[in-house]
Amino acid sequence: MPDFSLWPLLGIAVVMLGFLLKFNPVLVVTVAAFATGMAVKMPILTWLESLGTAFIKTRNLPLILLLPLAVIGLLERHGLREKAQGWIQNIKAATTGRLLLVYLALRESTAAAGLTSLGGHPQVVRPLLSPMAEAAFEKKHLTLPDKIKFKIRAMSAATDNIGLFFGEDIFVAFGAIILMHTFLRESGIETDPLHIALWGIPTAIAAFLIHGSRLLRFDAYLARQLKDKLKQAPQQEQRHD
Amino acid sequence: MISMTLLYYVAAVLFFAVAFFSAKDKRYSSALFWFSYGLIFLLGDFMPPALVGALVVLMALVAGFGGVKGGVYQTLELQQRLDSVKRLGNKLFIPALMIPLLTVFSVLVLVHIQGDGWSLLDQKNVTLSALGLAAFLAILAALYLTREKPQQALKESSRLIEAIGWAFLLPQLLATLGLLFNQAGVGETVSQLTTLYLNLNHPLLAVACYAIGMALFTIIMGNAFAAFPVITAGIGIPLLVIQHGGDPAIMAAIGMFCGYCGTLLTPMAANFNIVPAALLELPDKNAVIKAQAPTAVLLLGVNIILMYVLMF
Repeated sequence: MPDFSLWPLLGIAVVMLGFLLKFNPVLVVTVAAFATGMAVKMPILTWLESLGTAFIKTRNLPLILLLPLAVIGLLERHGLREKAQGWIQNIKAATTGRLLLVYLALRESTAAAGLTSLGGHPQVVRPLLSPMAEAAFEKKHLTLPDKIKFKIRAMSAATDNIGLFFGEDIFVAFGAIILMHTFLRESGIETDPLHIALWGIPTAIAAFLIHGSRLLRFDAYLARQLKDKLKQAPQQEQRHD
Repeated sequence: MISMTLLYYVAAVLFFAVAFFSAKDKRYSSALFWFSYGLIFLLGDFMPPALVGALVVLMALVAGFGGVKGGVYQTLELQQRLDSVKRLGNKLFIPALMIPLLTVFSVLVLVHIQGDGWSLLDQKNVTLSALGLAAFLAILAALYLTREKPQQALKESSRLIEAIGWAFLLPQLLATLGLLFNQAGVGETVSQLTTLYLNLNHPLLAVACYAIGMALFTIIMGNAFAAFPVITAGIGIPLLVIQHGGDPAIMAAIGMFCGYCGTLLTPMAANFNIVPAALLELPDKNAVIKAQAPTAVLLLGVNIILMYVLMF
């Protein structure tokens, strides 16, 4: 047995168990925070104080999601999604997979140039990318069951994440590069931030190739899913939006 | 000028609007949740931290037991929407594209507008205050184009906030948990454990262990930045750099990407995985993770090979 306390890990156990048993994540995280505090014998008032202080400190986090919503909502009310769908349906060569591939290329390359704000779930994926990706498939297959729509939406969100993550990290002024450089320096190892950024390029290319080839096969996958679905329940699937 | 405090007040107004609409709808537990959220944004700096902590627990309990329910908002009929599309045409895209483009423009250009102890954007939070400015100008453009009243904009943002629901709280709660983990010494315990039990003589094993360790610890913490110092100090530096003489720049660059593969796989990275699922109104909150999983796992394998080939 190790000669140090394993109690600080109690919170991690709670998180893993809670997510596995599919409890509400908000509840799981709160219980984990409580368990962690109790495991290191934190008095309840101190626990509330550190919870409150941390929450105040992280108020910047919801802003990136919150600020664009009013504009997006207003435009959706006046048909932005329908407009985006009509636009993509006029492009003959557009398929869901190809559209997402083009987006992946744009998102990853602009993020690599430090322009991480050109994209994102509330600003681009919900109002523009996912309606277009749905419509590009819909124009060939007039009625889309919800299950297929949800798959397309999830892949749109996934493509935004992958483009962002593996692009931004080869931009030399990005926070992660600075974090790595600072941490290694504090550990007594000198590195050049530019080298860290450059050595990220092979992975960035691999990410594009792997996800890109999945996207190119996505159209065929969706068509197969649709066929199975229609075979199963030809009557039940109706458009309802 | 566009300070974080100003943006927090804007957020408070948006949350109070949600509280107002849900109270009007007699959904009082939702109203309580959004009102508390607004209160923390408005008065957080002046409240005793323990009180904020108590409010957070209250919100978590309301959300955790299903008290935050979505509302029903009136939308325009399809025909009215299509008329509107016909009238506005491609102009509909303008306010939507203004947000990302103006944000970038502000980050690159407007950031330099400053005088004595005064600047247009908050110099410590340039991206967020740029986003705030862009969203403000875009809302003016959208109101002008659609000829709607400002109240309608508040209604629309409330509609979308309620569609996201409790997932809104999750990123902040997870960041809070991360800070608490630090205070409790979770990182030190993990790195003590790894040095105690791992004795890896072959470089490929050591590389695989570092890469998978980064991914796993990111899955647990929800954040590669939190995993990097722990796993690099515990496995990376002692084994890969000192024992096997690998290049630390390569280790760091690819190691962080292994962490990102973990980010793609975990509900703990709520703002990338769970919140978008809620935002896109997907019934399965893990749908985005499932879409990402094959890419993440394949890429982790590629990273192990790349790290081994490039470092040794």
